[in-house]
Amino acid sequence: MGFDKFGRKSFTSFTKTGKFVDLLAEGKVEGTVCKQCGAKYFPPRADCAACLSKEMDWFELPKKGTLETFTTAMYAPFGFEADAPYTMAVVDFGAGVKAFARLAKDFSDPKIGMDVTVRPLKYDDGQVSFEIAKA
Amino acid sequence: MAKDVAVIGVGQTYFVRGYEGSIRELAFEAFREAMQDANLTAKDVDASVFCSAPEYDKQRSPAGVLAEYLGLVPQPTFYVETVCSSSTVGVKLGYSMIKAGLHDIVVVLGFQKMSEITSAESQERMGRGGDIQWEAPFGTMMPAYYALYAQAYLAKNGLTLDDLRDVRVKAATYGQINERAVYRKGVKPEDFDPGNPDAKMAGPVASPLRVGDCCANADGASCIILANAEKARAFSKKPVWILGIGAASEVVNMASRPDFSKGIQVAKAAANQAYKMAGVGPKDINVAEVHDCFTIAEIMAYEGLGFAPEGDGKQLIREKATYKEGKIPVNVDGGLLSKGHPIGATGGSQIRTIVLQLRDEAGPMQVKDPQIGLNHNIGGVGLYGNVTIFGRD
Repeated sequence: MGFDKFGRKSFTSFTKTGKFVDLLAEGKVEGTVCKQCGAKYFPPRADCAACLSKEMDWFELPKKGTLETFTTAMYAPFGFEADAPYTMAVVDFGAGVKAFARLAKDFSDPKIGMDVTVRPLKYDDGQVSFEIAKA
Repeated sequence: MAKDVAVIGVGQTYFVRGYEGSIRELAFEAFREAMQDANLTAKDVDASVFCSAPEYDKQRSPAGVLAEYLGLVPQPTFYVETVCSSSTVGVKLGYSMIKAGLHDIVVVLGFQKMSEITSAESQERMGRGGDIQWEAPFGTMMPAYYALYAQAYLAKNGLTLDDLRDVRVKAATYGQINERAVYRKGVKPEDFDPGNPDAKMAGPVASPLRVGDCCANADGASCIILANAEKARAFSKKPVWILGIGAASEVVNMASRPDFSKGIQVAKAAANQAYKMAGVGPKDINVAEVHDCFTIAEIMAYEGLGFAPEGDGKQLIREKATYKEGKIPVNVDGGLLSKGHPIGATGGSQIRTIVLQLRDEAGPMQVKDPQIGLNHNIGGVGLYGNVTIFGRD
């Protein structure tokens, strides 16, 4: 699956981390971990900035994190208008691993510090993504 | 405190919605004013640097076209971009070229004609100043990015929406007396009252930020002319010296950022470098321009620059300490909020304000007898941080 399948609308067609969308289709939200030095990356990277290695493995995000911050956008940029309003947020999984995504549509009353998880998401038009849900 | 490179000329267009001319004509307006200010002719200029955020203009590689229109061919020219801080970085490069002895006089021209595309298109392009691979697919835009900081910061530091409102009220106080500002109207606290049907500033944009918390898009250009000490003495009665320069970068992806409640980090590193180079500290600054693209950004800037302790920026706005008569006047030209934010022109416009202040030529906005001024210019969502310190003779 090409990376143009990622998100509501992708701006990137090719990346060495394209497996990310295949994993999403399999129901997994994964980052990469450097085989040489163990540095963890989310979103995933093909190259390790810590030790310059290109040997990377995939790792699944922890099941539970905390909601670090969020915002509800009442207006959307060009190409996303039909979705507004939607809420975007940052999840902190600890140990330096965080994720940025939208909250699930049915996510009510978000509060900083609450327990949350991330899960894959398939749109009707075949795009794949991930979203934040209550843990 | 070295006095090696000076600003000898400044210029700025009116910041407007829908400039009725091309980018070369827009650029020329700022250039003409700066050249007349410095009393130069084109042959006195050794090089030019052009600064903007790409994708607003149809013209690719604008430096050549603009240099030709300004009459600065065959001198060397090039283009530099760090989104909203492009022209401050242009000034840094001009400083570096002069300090290295390559050139004596350099023109730095920042410009942006945002109105060539729709506001929605503009939001999408600005959103793509973030990470297009991993974030733009969620529908990001600048107000939402800064709102992530605002939400976390408000929750931790006791800053209120009324404090943010008061930052906008201050900006509008000075936008009203700055004839070059795009937003010339006053703003009253009741303009933010959600119970008031006429409250023009209250509408939600990206929680917790409202219409009135966001700066105004504009078309505009700015021009800063730099010279070495010898030429500065020859051409200028009131050279304003660059005393300190600091710059830093931050990771682009929100998922890799440190604690959001502590605000934009990149300004602190840049400020520390600039203070060290200039041999001054926050208490020595008499007038400042900070990057208030959103009201929350001004509060975070107070802390990043050391004007207030971490988490306590709210006190400065509550005490009116950043008004013209206060202990550290900030954005007394209306700031990005009211003066407007034509991306590539913004840094140069801020620097122009500081230079006019240090020359005692700021008219109704003049702060009393300032000796040292500071400019804080951020590119992207705290992606590029730039702090520059200026002093008078």
